[in-house]
Amino acid sequence: MVWPIDLAILTLVVIVGIGALMVKDLLGAAILFGAYSFMMCLLWTIMGAVDVAFTEASVGAGVSTVFFVGAVFRTSRRTKD
Amino acid sequence: MKVIGLIIAVLTGGLLIYAAGDFPAWSDPASPASTYLSPHFIEKTMEETSVPNIVTAVLADYRGFDTMFETTVIFSAGVACFLLLRAFRRKQPEARHYRHVLTGVTVRIKEGTKLPPSEDFERIDSLWTPHDLIIKTVCRLLIPFIQIFALYVIAHGHHSPGGGFQGGVILGASIIVLAISQDLRTAVKRMGEKLDALLCAVGVLIYAGTGALCLLLGLNFLDYSALASVLHVDPITARSHGILIVEIGVGVAVMATMIWIYNNVSSKGEYDQGL
Amino acid sequence: MGDIIQTIVAKYNFWIYITLMMIGLYAMIAKNNLVKKIVGMNIFQTAIILFYVSIGAKRGATIPILEHGHGGGHNVVHAIDYANPLPHVLMLTAIVVAVATLGVALALAIRVYDRYSTLEEDEILSQIREE
Repeated sequence: MVWPIDLAILTLVVIVGIGALMVKDLLGAAILFGAYSFMMCLLWTIMGAVDVAFTEASVGAGVSTVFFVGAVFRTSRRTKD
Repeated sequence: MKVIGLIIAVLTGGLLIYAAGDFPAWSDPASPASTYLSPHFIEKTMEETSVPNIVTAVLADYRGFDTMFETTVIFSAGVACFLLLRAFRRKQPEARHYRHVLTGVTVRIKEGTKLPPSEDFERIDSLWTPHDLIIKTVCRLLIPFIQIFALYVIAHGHHSPGGGFQGGVILGASIIVLAISQDLRTAVKRMGEKLDALLCAVGVLIYAGTGALCLLLGLNFLDYSALASVLHVDPITARSHGILIVEIGVGVAVMATMIWIYNNVSSKGEYDQGL
Repeated sequence: MGDIIQTIVAKYNFWIYITLMMIGLYAMIAKNNLVKKIVGMNIFQTAIILFYVSIGAKRGATIPILEHGHGGGHNVVHAIDYANPLPHVLMLTAIVVAVATLGVALALAIRVYDRYSTLEEDEILSQIREE
């Protein structure tokens, strides 16, 4: 476990997480959420949890993002918040 | 509302930070989480189940009961999506649009009149956009390879990272790729609604059925060494084979649920035009 | 003073996990849009999973897959060489339950939009009060 990579990816995770909540376009929020999932998958690979990382890569960064984009497509895309 | 949220978040955060002072330092081999039960799992897995992937062995054999209920949770999530979006929406729209493929002329047919012959006309909707040839062809070529890889992940779960969940999600994703690159109707023609719902339940049935079979053969529920008499192997290899069977059940259930939820969410239950 | 600095540096990962959890909790309570609330719920869930998985990590250990293969001689296995597999198993279940919950939450959001034609919470509440 190499701690400089760990610290760098952890700060990046927090920044992307805050970014996914602050953008005004819901499609952008869905894509940033996919990036957040993928960063989590990298963190778990560094810690040695390969099964968990595989599941999160396929489920979080794959199927979960598609569900979000599908739901945003069927409702509205703009938000004031 | 934002002020209340901020106060709650700060208070809870402070409480957790105060409690985190007592935790053991990170990656300490002598922490309490690593000394109670997991040394038994790490050291005895090869002797008792002959499966090198410790996580798969613990997931499907030592903690098999949790995994069975988790499969049931996935199935019930698929059923909940279906009941919310699809079950009460049987009426068809009043006018349907057809498009002649060769010339691009659109025809609007009202309810009750005759439909044109189906080879020259394709059915479209108000959200129809022309499909891109590159995406269509590339995705059609890729889908068999994705499915072979998913089957490899399920079958090789004993020796490498993987197992039932991951393979099932990748299998489901292959059909979702078909639905995104082409029409939702093409994907529904390949894998219909009824087959989907049936496969979801069959997956849970395989898992619970294996456990019940072990119960009928005289041992405890989900104790796979009872399968030694059915499969004619020694009890340790029977546990390995039992793990493979339940992983297949989990994979089938997860695949069907992912496709089901995607179909319902991306078309708002109407199944006419997806993403 | 050096003691506190030592504590902070040795457990820096816990502070970041707690920050992530609180970001998710704040988003669930305070954001107006329903889809942002759902994103906050998922951030909260993945932060909890990160916390659990990090408890099972060990210094200098390898991944929890034994390398001897079937048959062969069973060499002696030391538990200190392998990462703790038990949190991994529990968190596999947690990830799959998270995606199932996400599917149902998005279906509910689509139904709410059908009925009230907006996804903002204050507009929905004012429409309910008018009825």
